Amino acid sequence: MGVSKAEVLEGYIGEGYQLTTVEKALGLARSNSIWPLPFATSCCGIEFMATMASTYDLARFGMERLSFSPRQADLLMVMGTIAKKMGPVLKQVYTQMAEPKWVIAVGACASSGGIFDTYSVLQGIDKVIPVDVYVPGCPPRPEQIIDGVMKIQELVQNETFRRRHSPEYQHLLEKYQIG
Amino acid sequence: MQVQSYFSSLDNLDGELSTLNLGPTHPATHGVFQNVLKMDGERIHSAEPTIGYIHRAFEKLAEHRPYNQITPITDRLNYCSSPINNMGWHMTVEKLIGCELPKRAQYMRVIIMELSRIADHLVCNSVIGVDTGALTGFTYMFQERELIYEMFEEVCGSRLTTNIGRIGGMERDFTPAFHAKLKAFMQGFPARFEEFNNLLERNRIFMDRCIGAGPISAERALAYGFTGPNLRATGVDYDVRVMTPYSSYEDFDFIIPVGSGQGDTYDRFMVRQEEIRQSLRIIDQACKNMPEGNYHADVPDFYLPSKPDVYTKMEALIYHFKVVMSETPIPVGEVYHCVEGGNGELGFYLISDGGRHPYRLHFRRPCFIYYQAFPEMIKGAMLSDAILAMSSMNVIAGELDA
Amino acid sequence: MQLDNATLLAAIERRFPGAILAHSEPHGMLTLETTREQIIDLLQFVKDDPEIEAIFLTSLCGMHYPDHAGKELGVVYHLHSFVQNLRFRIKIFFPVDDPHVPTATTVWPTANWMERQEYDFFGIIFTGHPDLRRILNVDDLDVFPMRKEYRLEDGTRTDKDDRFFGRKGHEGREFD
Repeated sequence: MGVSKAEVLEGYIGEGYQLTTVEKALGLARSNSIWPLPFATSCCGIEFMATMASTYDLARFGMERLSFSPRQADLLMVMGTIAKKMGPVLKQVYTQMAEPKWVIAVGACASSGGIFDTYSVLQGIDKVIPVDVYVPGCPPRPEQIIDGVMKIQELVQNETFRRRHSPEYQHLLEKYQIG
Repeated sequence: MQVQSYFSSLDNLDGELSTLNLGPTHPATHGVFQNVLKMDGERIHSAEPTIGYIHRAFEKLAEHRPYNQITPITDRLNYCSSPINNMGWHMTVEKLIGCELPKRAQYMRVIIMELSRIADHLVCNSVIGVDTGALTGFTYMFQERELIYEMFEEVCGSRLTTNIGRIGGMERDFTPAFHAKLKAFMQGFPARFEEFNNLLERNRIFMDRCIGAGPISAERALAYGFTGPNLRATGVDYDVRVMTPYSSYEDFDFIIPVGSGQGDTYDRFMVRQEEIRQSLRIIDQACKNMPEGNYHADVPDFYLPSKPDVYTKMEALIYHFKVVMSETPIPVGEVYHCVEGGNGELGFYLISDGGRHPYRLHFRRPCFIYYQAFPEMIKGAMLSDAILAMSSMNVIAGELDA
Repeated sequence: MQLDNATLLAAIERRFPGAILAHSEPHGMLTLETTREQIIDLLQFVKDDPEIEAIFLTSLCGMHYPDHAGKELGVVYHLHSFVQNLRFRIKIFFPVDDPHVPTATTVWPTANWMERQEYDFFGIIFTGHPDLRRILNVDDLDVFPMRKEYRLEDGTRTDKDDRFFGRKGHEGREFD
């Protein structure tokens, strides 16, 4: 049977207790209880529906509760083509999310405009919001989407407390004229 | 009717109506389109839709791509049933060049198209269930969609945006693995589908929610250009497969299900359920009567020659080069061809001037045309009925905006 | 009485003598050309006439032929008669300096969004339309993108170099 054990955090382990840092414990808790916001616009959205369904089941990764309200979401999953008309909407949804927040660009259209090199399509959502993980594919298979989500989980697990207050992060937000 | 008398007392209430913005990002609108609703409490007074949030300029894009590179673009129209769009485009070009396919290739196309129609209707009906609160049907039916996806993968390598077939036929014959998967699907799916059906068809709650939600009469539907299951739910039995048969549909024996005439959500749900059963019937007949023959027509100007020939024969090499570089001579002319897509009559109007790219390609998109009637359908309805009406119309944003 | 292309053409010419400027049958579909002054009467006639009964407007699309002086823009109406199982199309052409066409929404409500789309793409102004504004593109776009003089790609994008795509126009990448 393919049962794998989760890795223990670094630190001292004793009989019934573990000594570790708050950052690591918080990172473990956060990464396995992300509340995603599925911003599904087109075909990648249908593959996301297949990923949420029982065969691929994203809920195993702690993402049982999809939040459609940005105020209650941690992870913005942008799936599908973002047209120039939709850009301001996407930016507004991103600014409404509370820190800490992560963004995953699922699909070729969200990453770089995809096959639609046209006047009406935004050539990648990183033109309007900062992106953490890009998942290529047209559409990406559910396994690829899960791989992207697992990379997000790694990012969440290893994020330091001070990152959101650091000058580099503030500079990043200023570049996008957010906040 | 109740609605008219309710609104007669609202004539001077315009200042008291509240505005509700539904979309473009909303959990219940399956796709990005916006509706600004003017509401009196829970009842909708008027609606103003805004679309174009996923406008990808397909028609302009098609003017800059060679003919065989337009197939992936047609994929992204109604992406829940992309093989139908692909086949429609291939048939349009074949009509232009005057190419007739062997029967075997036509039967193969029919099987692929009916499988994708089943996939499309499964999405729509499970999502109608989800919008009324019944999530179980969704989880069961998406497992069946995975089986259909596996069959598409056998044929073309991709699950959702398939780019199946070529101008002049199919790219390869069906493998034994495909036939095995199809046989297993045909044996197991009907029983599981009836399980899903029994969850909802005579379910008291479902019927109370759906009957009367978003009705439209046959005259208004025809005036608005409805086609497909939405039109058949109003009682008009117009199906492109029967009216102007293409790809050997005249050889098959199937019925066109028609709704009760009210044209409400329950009618649309039941019409799609029955169409799934009829699609299964068609696939069954196609498998049993599959003729022998070639899986592609003899059009070396458009259809890539087989690789052993390319490596050994001179003319095959030249044809291969010409097809890949799109240097093939395309006749001048204009043609309109339509297929019965998941949502209705999907038409392709192609004007060719003999060059590598089409001069003008216009997609007659059923979703775009019938979504105009949405404000009329929900006038006076409650908000939750409007959500149901929207999801039962099966509005796919890719087809709406192109 | 079963209608075919020849009898349909004869019925229209009987009712509107001289209105049909040209006719042809590419791939079996009767194609008529008329003027924008007579198009609405013609559409109303084919819809109401009990022999033709073309009650269904399948599609309406615009075209741009920049080389035909005086007839640069065009509109094509695809019509379908269910009872006779007959499809045919009607075309009208008009100059790009005066892109006014009477609206077909008086005949079919479905022409509403179709005409808005063609206004959005080609700049064809449908006089009498209840709500003629852009439908698919952003509202403040100041060009009509489907016209042949405009290119497909967005000229201001910075991450793609046109030389690698065999196109001219936008060269040089900017690195962040």
